[in-house]
Amino acid sequence: MESSEAEPSESRPEEDGAAPGSEPQPPDTMEDCLAKKMEITVSEAEKRTGRNAMNMQETYTAYLIETRAVESQNEGQCSPVDSLWRRYSEFELLRNYLLVTYPHIVVPPLPEKRADFVWHKLSADNMDPDFVERRRIGLENFLLRVASHPVLCQDKIFYSFLTQEGGWKEMVNETGFQLKADSRLKALNATFRVKNPDKRFTELKHYSDELQSVISHLLRVRARVADRLYGVYKVHGNYGRVFSEWSAIEKEMGDGLQSAGHHMDVYAASIDDILEEEEHYADQLKEYLFYAEALRAVCRKHELMQYDLEMAAQDLTSKKQQCEELATGTMRTFSLKGMTSKLFGQETPEQREAKIKILEEQIQEGEEQLKSKNLEGRDFVKSAWADIERFKEQKNRDLKEALISYAVMQISMCKKGIQVWTNAKECFSKM
Amino acid sequence: MFVPSMTISPSSMINQYKFEDEPELRDLFITVDDPESHITAIETFITYRVITKTSRGEFDSCEYEVRRRYQDFLWLKSKLEEAHPTLIIPPLPEKFIMKGMVERFSDEFIETRRKALHKFLNRIADHPTLTFNEDFKIFLTAQAWELSSHKKQGPGLLSRMGQTVRAVASSVRGGVKNRPEMFTEMNDYMETFSQKINVLDKIAHRIYKEEREYFNEMKEYGPIHTLWSASEEDIADSLKGVASCIDKCCKATEKRMAGLSENLLPILHEYVLYSEILMGVLKRRDHIQSELDSKIDALANKKADKDLFSEEIGKLEDKVECANNALKADWDRWKQNMQCDMRSAFTNMADNNLHYYEECLATWESFLASQTVDCHGEEDSEDRP
Repeated sequence: MESSEAEPSESRPEEDGAAPGSEPQPPDTMEDCLAKKMEITVSEAEKRTGRNAMNMQETYTAYLIETRAVESQNEGQCSPVDSLWRRYSEFELLRNYLLVTYPHIVVPPLPEKRADFVWHKLSADNMDPDFVERRRIGLENFLLRVASHPVLCQDKIFYSFLTQEGGWKEMVNETGFQLKADSRLKALNATFRVKNPDKRFTELKHYSDELQSVISHLLRVRARVADRLYGVYKVHGNYGRVFSEWSAIEKEMGDGLQSAGHHMDVYAASIDDILEEEEHYADQLKEYLFYAEALRAVCRKHELMQYDLEMAAQDLTSKKQQCEELATGTMRTFSLKGMTSKLFGQETPEQREAKIKILEEQIQEGEEQLKSKNLEGRDFVKSAWADIERFKEQKNRDLKEALISYAVMQISMCKKGIQVWTNAKECFSKM
Repeated sequence: MFVPSMTISPSSMINQYKFEDEPELRDLFITVDDPESHITAIETFITYRVITKTSRGEFDSCEYEVRRRYQDFLWLKSKLEEAHPTLIIPPLPEKFIMKGMVERFSDEFIETRRKALHKFLNRIADHPTLTFNEDFKIFLTAQAWELSSHKKQGPGLLSRMGQTVRAVASSVRGGVKNRPEMFTEMNDYMETFSQKINVLDKIAHRIYKEEREYFNEMKEYGPIHTLWSASEEDIADSLKGVASCIDKCCKATEKRMAGLSENLLPILHEYVLYSEILMGVLKRRDHIQSELDSKIDALANKKADKDLFSEEIGKLEDKVECANNALKADWDRWKQNMQCDMRSAFTNMADNNLHYYEECLATWESFLASQTVDCHGEEDSEDRP
C-alpha cells in the first residue's frame, strides 16, 4: 500500500464550479447586489439606558438603520422607509457570524470599538458626540460594504439584520455558528506546524502584517502632526487679543492693528474644520488597518485547513503501516502495543484478524475523508483567492482616492491660509 | 545656518534698515561682523570687528576698522546716557540670556548678539544728535589702547549707573508734582506699550516653538509613506508622491521658522528693551524736574540767599526745558521709527506665511495633477469636495 499524501496546496485554474453543497453562486453582475436594490443608511444615533446580561444598569448608544427599496423609485414615487434600531454589539454579532460562515471571504471590518489614535483635542470617550458621529458613519460604511459584496449580500441573516427588529439575535444563535468557529488555540497551533501552505497565502500574511504596522504608525504620527498644527494655529489667535488692546493706545497704527487682529482670529479658528475633515481621512485609513486583520483571518483559515489535511494524511499513512505490520507480522516501526504484546504474550490469530479488519475500515474512511478534505482545500483556495483579488482592487481604488482627497484637503488649507495672510498683510501694510 | 563672519556692504544695509531718516543722505556706514574668541589667563571674551566708512569732515580718514568687545559697547551706551539723559538711547543686547538653553558662547548666541550690536551702532548713526557725539566717534575710530586710556577719564561706570538708580528712587519716593500733561501721557502710553510688547514677544516665541515641534513631527511623517510604498504596487506612486509633498512642505516650514527668527523675533525683542529704556528716560526727566521743584520749594523757605538761588533756579529751569524739548523731539522720532519697524516686521511675517502656503499649494497641486491626469479630466477634479 502506498502512503497517502496531502496534496500540496496549489490552485488549479482549469477546475471550475463551486464545491457541491457550498454557498450559492455569486451574482453575475454587480446589479444583483443588495446595495443596488436597497438604499441603506445609518441615519441616527441615540443614547439609551438599559439593563445588561448581569442585570446592571448600563448606558449605550443605539443606531437607527433605515432601508428603502430602490426599484420602485419612479418620478415622484417614493417607496416607504423601514427602520430599526441596533446597537454596536449586534453589529459585532453579525460580523462574527459572517466570519465563521464565510471563512474564505475578506469580511469588511467594523469601526473601532474604542477611540484610538486620538490627538489631544479629540476625546477618547465613547459617549463623545464626535466619536459617536464618526462611528455612525463607520457602521453605515460597513453595511454598504457587506451589501455590495457579491457573496455576503445574499446572506439571509444579513438581510434580517437590516429588516427584522425582533428575534434577530435568536435567529443568529440558532444557526449554531459559534460551534463552527475554530478555536484560537487550534488556529495558532496550525500556523506554527503547517508544512506546505500555499505560498501566496504566506505572502499575503506578510503583506497584511506590513500593512497593519505601517498604517498604525502613520495614524500615530498623523495624530501628533495634527496636534502640533493645532498649536501653531491657535497661538496666532493670541495676536488678535493683544493687537486689539494695543490698538487702543495707537492713533495711526490703530486701525491696521485692529483689523489684522481680526484676521488672526479667523486664522486661528480655521484649524477646527480643517482637522475635522482630516479625521475622516484617518477613518478611511483605519478601515484598511482593520481590513488587514480580516486578510489574516482568511490566511489562518487556509493554514488550519492545510494543517488538518496534513494531519489526516499522516494519520492515514500510519494506519496503513500498522495494518501492514499486523498482516505480515513484522514490526517496522516501534509501537507501544507491539511491545506490550511481545512482553505479555501474543494475540490469537482471531484477535489479529479483527484488528486488521477494523484498521481496513478506518483506512477506507480515512481515504474518503482525505479526498474530500483535499477538494475542500482546493475550493477554499480558489474562492478565497478570487475574493482576495476583488479586495485588492477595491483597496487600491479606495486608498488612491483617499490619498487624492488628502491632497485636496491640503490644497484647501493652503488656499485658506493664503487668503487670511493676504488680508493680514494688507492690514499690516496700512499700519 | 549662522555665518558669523559675513560682511555687510553699506548698500545692502540701506535695504535692510528702513530708517525714517533719508538713507541717501547718510554719510556714515557701520558694520559689525567677524566675532573672534580671545582667551587670556584671566578670562575668555569675544571681540567683534567694527568697520566704519564715512565722508564726514570731522573724521580724519574715510575708513576705519577696529575690534570691540561687549564691555566697550556698554561703556559707549552709558556715556551717551550721561551726555543726553533725556534722549532715547538704543538698546543693547542683554549680557546673558537666562531663558532658553542657549549657552553663553554658542554660535546662535554670538550671531544674535552680533546682529543686535550692529543695529545698536546704526541706530546711533541715524540719530540726529547722537551721531555727532564725541565718544561715539572715538568708539568707532580709536585703536584698542587709545580707547582704554580714554575710558579711564571721567566718572566710573558705577557712578553713572547710580544716576539712573537715584532717579528711579526719587520718582518712586515723591512723584513729580508739576509734570506736564504730555509726559504723563507718555508714561501711560509706555506702561501699556510695555505690557503689550512683552506679551507679543512671548507669543512670537511660542509660535516659533510650536512651528519647530510641528517641523519635527513632519520630518517623520513623510518617510512613513515611502516605507508603505515598498509593500504596494498599484498605489506605490501615489504614496511616494504624498511622501514627497510632505517633505517639501516640511522644508517650507523650516524656511518659515527661519524668517520668524531673523526678522520678527529680534524686532520684538528690541522693542521690549526699548520699552524699559523709555521708562528710564521718563524717570530721568522727572528727576531733573524734581531737582528744580525742590530748589523752588527751598527758595520759598529761605528768603536770605534769594539772588544766588534765582541764578541756580534759572539754570535748572533751562535744564528742564532742554530736557523736555529733547525728549519730546526724540519721542516723536522714536514713535515714527517704531511704527515703521512694526509695519515692516509684521508685513514681513505675513509675507513669510504667504510664501509658505504658496509653496505648499504648488506642491500639492502638482501632485493632484499627476494623479488625476490618467483617469479624469480637469472638470472632475474640480467637482471633488
